[in-house]
Amino acid sequence: MLEIKNLHVKLEDEDKAILKGLTLTVPKGEVHAIMGPNGSGKSTLAYVLAGREGYEITDGDILWNGESIIEMEPDERAAKGVFLAFQYPMEIPGVAGLTFLRTAANAVRKRRDMAELSTPEFLKVVKEKAAKLNIDFEMLKRPVNVGFSGGEKKRSEILQMAMLEPSLCVLDETDSGLDIDALKVVSDGVNALRSPDRAMLVITHYQRLLNHIVPDKVHVLAHGRIQRTGGKELALELETSGYADYTGKAA
Amino acid sequence: MPAVQETVEQVKKIDVDQYKYGFETDIEMVKAPKGLNEDIVRFISEKKGEPAWMLDWRLDAYRRWRAMTEPTWAKVSYPKIDFEDLYYYAAPKSTEGPKSLDEVDPELLRMYERLGVPLQEQEILAGVKSDKPRVAVDAVLDSVSVVTTFKEELAKAGVIFCSISEALREHPELVKKYLGSVVPQSDNYYAALNSAVFSDGSFVYVPEGVRCPMELSTYFRINERETGQFERTLIIADKGAYVSYLEGCTAPMRDENQLHAAVVELVALDDAEIKYSTVQNWYPGDKNGKGGIYNFVTKRGDCRGRNSKISWTQVETGSAITWKYPSCILRGDNSRGEFYSIAVSNGYQQVDSGTKMIHLGKNTSSRIISKGIAAGFSQNTYRGLVSAHRKATGARNFTACDSLLIGDKCGAHTVPYIEAKNSSAHFEHEATTSKISDDMLFYCQQRGLSEEEAVALVVNGFVRDVLQQLPMEFLAETQKLIGISLEGSVG
Ligand SMILES: Nc1ncnc2c1ncn2[C@@H]1O[C@H](COP(=O)(O)OP(=O)(O)O)[C@@H](O)[C@H]1O
Ligand SMILES: [Mg+2]
Repeated sequence: MLEIKNLHVKLEDEDKAILKGLTLTVPKGEVHAIMGPNGSGKSTLAYVLAGREGYEITDGDILWNGESIIEMEPDERAAKGVFLAFQYPMEIPGVAGLTFLRTAANAVRKRRDMAELSTPEFLKVVKEKAAKLNIDFEMLKRPVNVGFSGGEKKRSEILQMAMLEPSLCVLDETDSGLDIDALKVVSDGVNALRSPDRAMLVITHYQRLLNHIVPDKVHVLAHGRIQRTGGKELALELETSGYADYTGKAA
Repeated sequence: MPAVQETVEQVKKIDVDQYKYGFETDIEMVKAPKGLNEDIVRFISEKKGEPAWMLDWRLDAYRRWRAMTEPTWAKVSYPKIDFEDLYYYAAPKSTEGPKSLDEVDPELLRMYERLGVPLQEQEILAGVKSDKPRVAVDAVLDSVSVVTTFKEELAKAGVIFCSISEALREHPELVKKYLGSVVPQSDNYYAALNSAVFSDGSFVYVPEGVRCPMELSTYFRINERETGQFERTLIIADKGAYVSYLEGCTAPMRDENQLHAAVVELVALDDAEIKYSTVQNWYPGDKNGKGGIYNFVTKRGDCRGRNSKISWTQVETGSAITWKYPSCILRGDNSRGEFYSIAVSNGYQQVDSGTKMIHLGKNTSSRIISKGIAAGFSQNTYRGLVSAHRKATGARNFTACDSLLIGDKCGAHTVPYIEAKNSSAHFEHEATTSKISDDMLFYCQQRGLSEEEAVALVVNGFVRDVLQQLPMEFLAETQKLIGISLEGSVG
């Protein structure tokens, strides 16, 4: 279970508070969506969950399976099952996708006391999962994300997610830049990972993704905290009314 | 990926003492008095029992050197070197005259063991199984060669592999014919200095049609304080011959800077091929930039014959200052020159390195792949010249210079010069600069890699195509070395 308690986050180098008392719980087996206007702090929440530098937690805590993770390095959190599909995935020149996937998969397996994948095992699994995500195997021989289209980057993120078998999946605007076919492929990939052992937090600005990845709960983030929580119908309501109710001055 | 894993493991082990070759060995030495004058040149020549022509050659070089000034065009800065405050000759007392392995001072053997250099003839480089090819080693300590292994076995194939001092005694006609024929005495300031006072180095002659039966390597070690190292290497591959040669270098950690000014000359005759690899790991100085080797080296290969080929591969991780441009003179028609380089700089290291490809013959080709990695406060410059002579019709060159920056306090620079005096020359140049950013590291860490693993992954990806050029025997060691050199470059 993911428990975010009264989380206050400011930028490290600036006197700017972004999250101001955010509280949220995602039990295993559930998919929660976070929706909110641009600039409301959705990506900040995702980054803070993953442990990116540059943010300061001034109050509150994040518990994953009952254990506080806010002092942990990003790789330690990854070993504990935290995965972030980035809104803007980084390019890694010179490192082939396959090498990256294998290094990452074996790094987390090692830290989870699992045996490393042999080359044939690894290739078999990658081929299978890549095919399901409509990823051309040849693409994996190219350097990670270098020259990838927006859609290719997002599909590659989901492939990484599938390979690393995380227990907490955070997807930051995975739908942005996808056409309707790609959206379907990516959603199928995510849905295939839904399981009673996994918690998922799907961050999106638009309702359309949630037609494909149907959430158990929808939360509206604005002014640094969760303003409303509802079922999947809340997303539809936002689709018609927009974020106008939430973009005014803080309540 | 096992290689990455290995790099990381190695990095972790050497957490405290990054530079594992930094120890000193207490060996009784014979030295010439400090400073440089004609008497010192005579002293060195006499110590080595050289013929009169060699002394004259040295004195000529010395006089030319006196008339020259230190070059200042490289992008390196350092306090002026006081050439009068150095020792120009230092040799272990026990090593006067050639020795076989069992006569070598046990203290010396222990030192080489600690350095991981195999002097036992039945052994080979650490980590390599015994069914792999063997490596013959010439071990040069300060000013002299202490031992050369596998000499007899090589002699059976007709290959001469010995110290240059021994070659001067045993094969003077060969030395006289080729010494200075690629790098003339007055070629540049440091080459002139080297020509005057060089004390030892390796000599290789591979006769016509012979493929050298094993890897040859020279291991250079500076041990003495305040002593310059000036070695001279001369390699000749006669018609249709092939040789692969590797040089390695280390030095103790010291607060003061030490001078190393070597000259390497390669001559490839018709259809011959020389592959010359360097893993340079001189002491780079401490994290504040104190101490370290000043490395001013002239390396040049002459593709003198038709269809000859010379290939330089270098991995430069050490030295406080590196000034080094292994070059090829493509004189023979259809000859080919290659330069593959990985230059890693960290701390306050300054690297100014690159190559020259001088196309003189017809249908000559050259290829330059340079990878500069700068971390810490270091400066890393690629400087290269590709030129085609008027008569060099059909000359072709491909150059790719890539720089990788780690952190934002270091610098990478590319200075390519191109001179085509011939309209049929076809030169291509590509250059890229990339950076290992915090975001890139975070991305990798989010996928479960530690910070060191992330750096090792990115760096290994960056240098892969050059590493592939190294002889197999040295690949794993070198990969580790690059990892170690970048230790502490992030976080
Ligand atoms: N590293 C950063 N440096 C400067 N401003 C930042 C940084 N991260 C977030 N912000 C600011 O914080 C606010 C929230 O940003 P973000 O979390 O990206 O919102 P969202 O993902 O909801 O669009 C914005 O005003 C953004 O400009
Ligand atoms: Mg965002």
